[in-house]
Amino acid sequence: MAEQVYFEDVQEGMDIPTLRKDPTTQQLVKYAGASGDYYQIHYDLNYAKNNNLPDVILHGALKNAFLGQVMTDWIGEWGTLKKLSVQYRGMDVPGTPVFAKGVVKKKYQQDDENIVECEIWLETHEGQRTTPGYAVAALPERD
Amino acid sequence: MTQESVITDEMRAAVGVESEVYVNDVEKGAIIKFAQAIGDTNPIYNDEEAARQSRYGGIVAPPTFFRSLHSGKMKVDVSSPYTANLDGGSEWEYYEPVRPGDRIGVSTKISNIFERPGRLGNMLFIQRETKYVNQFGTTVAIQRTTGISYQPSDDN
Repeated sequence: MAEQVYFEDVQEGMDIPTLRKDPTTQQLVKYAGASGDYYQIHYDLNYAKNNNLPDVILHGALKNAFLGQVMTDWIGEWGTLKKLSVQYRGMDVPGTPVFAKGVVKKKYQQDDENIVECEIWLETHEGQRTTPGYAVAALPERD
Repeated sequence: MTQESVITDEMRAAVGVESEVYVNDVEKGAIIKFAQAIGDTNPIYNDEEAARQSRYGGIVAPPTFFRSLHSGKMKVDVSSPYTANLDGGSEWEYYEPVRPGDRIGVSTKISNIFERPGRLGNMLFIQRETKYVNQFGTTVAIQRTTGISYQPSDDN
């Protein structure tokens, strides 16, 4: 596991470490099985094309999982994810990498918790942001 | 072009009606399989021995594991007249970790229905709120989703 990040180490405006993912059609099938989402646009190319899609596309919820992971990887074992929101603005296709990124927007203390709010997003290898989101987490402090 | 509304009175009446509750037994194998499917190798989701040494004392579910759980039957069902469906997004609130052996009751209600013209024609938006409650009666998470549907054109 990565080294624990502490509230004191965080500044507003700082980037959180990028998470690279390389989704494949096989991963979409695995995700369909694990999640129970068997909508064919995620693994049946003919079906996807008949729905005006260019290719099979990533499950929105899989992209949601990538954005959850970029947060949980960063906040570490002693961080607690409190809120996570994502909007699926663009489609992502398997076979090319996607990058989950984020930046700290706010840090403050509330109800004895050390809160950080982050803008997060998924972008393609061409830099297009397909999936903006927002996350709120509590971090431990050094004592 | 004027677009007829596809939102019926029946659909409007369904807003706010809670579904039945479906109780899901959370299995360790399902958590591990889910973590593998999303490609998250964090030992707290994958490795019982390592997870035991962690703050959680054992395997816990990753944040979006709830997507694999079933919700109870809708008492008033709403179906879009359109055949193509897209997932618009999710908003999650998390309150407690979920562990193997937990029994998570899941219920859903439609919180909003509206439509808008879009690139692919008239788009119907159905927003739902899903609540996840464990065997102790504690709400462990809430998810708010936006489903979008539209009619694919016959041109291609």
